Amino acid sequence: MHSTSNKVAVFRKEHFNAAHRLNNPTWDDATNKEIFGKCNNPHYHGHNYDLIVRVTGVPEAETGYVMDTKKLSDLIKEKVLDRFDHKNLNEDCAEFKNLNPTAENIVIVIYNLLRPEIKTELDIQLRLYETERNFVEYPV
Amino acid sequence: MVYITRIEHFNAAHKLFNPGWSKEKNEEIFGKCANENWHGHNFELYVTVKGLPDKETGFVFDAKKLSAIIKEHVTDVLDHNNLNVDVDFMRGKICSIENLIIGIWEQLKNNLPPTAQLHALKLYETPRIFVEYFGE
Repeated sequence: MHSTSNKVAVFRKEHFNAAHRLNNPTWDDATNKEIFGKCNNPHYHGHNYDLIVRVTGVPEAETGYVMDTKKLSDLIKEKVLDRFDHKNLNEDCAEFKNLNPTAENIVIVIYNLLRPEIKTELDIQLRLYETERNFVEYPV
Repeated sequence: MVYITRIEHFNAAHKLFNPGWSKEKNEEIFGKCANENWHGHNFELYVTVKGLPDKETGFVFDAKKLSAIIKEHVTDVLDHNNLNVDVDFMRGKICSIENLIIGIWEQLKNNLPPTAQLHALKLYETPRIFVEYFGE
């Protein structure tokens, strides 16, 4: 028998498609355009976001699971995908009414949605891809 | 005959919406894609040109030039834009990927030199959904 005291990380990958724009309402249009470039387009643009949730802990003696990945998937669907998929993050999502929906801010919002739903003895870390080439991680 | 493919990408917002239908019917047919506040995707475009390698260069068509033409006439027009609102060649059309790929074909057909024979386009809306078009 191998030791069960070792921590294991399990990962679940999900995705959602959404529109957004980057804009700071306290700046004038020219400053927004200068800082955010084409991401500032007032008519929005969009992405296929890929979200990877990493859950780390010791496998349970009874199930052998760190966390049932089906339950993790259902949780991500309920708390994240149903909220953001095929939505306009700026217009449709209360979380971003006063928060610029950069990948950085989105990943923190998602972490705060998931963290209370997962056992405290398990660590979670998220990786969010905005494109294949741009991604963020939280917490670090 | 050799087929050479250039892959480019763009990120855009859109919605699926038929202005001749009620809001309810649009939601029934297009589901969450009808969200009036838009949603968006990372699109990937494959452009395939065919021909015989040129004797002097060995190229069917210079892939760098192909990239520059796609950039000028397609990706610069679409990237970080709203397909329904910002794109002239999609005006009055339903912004499905089927209609978008036909629109992109016309853009390229009209702007590629006669030496570049456009063979096929492949357009990914997500890694799981894509369309192909051969100009037929």
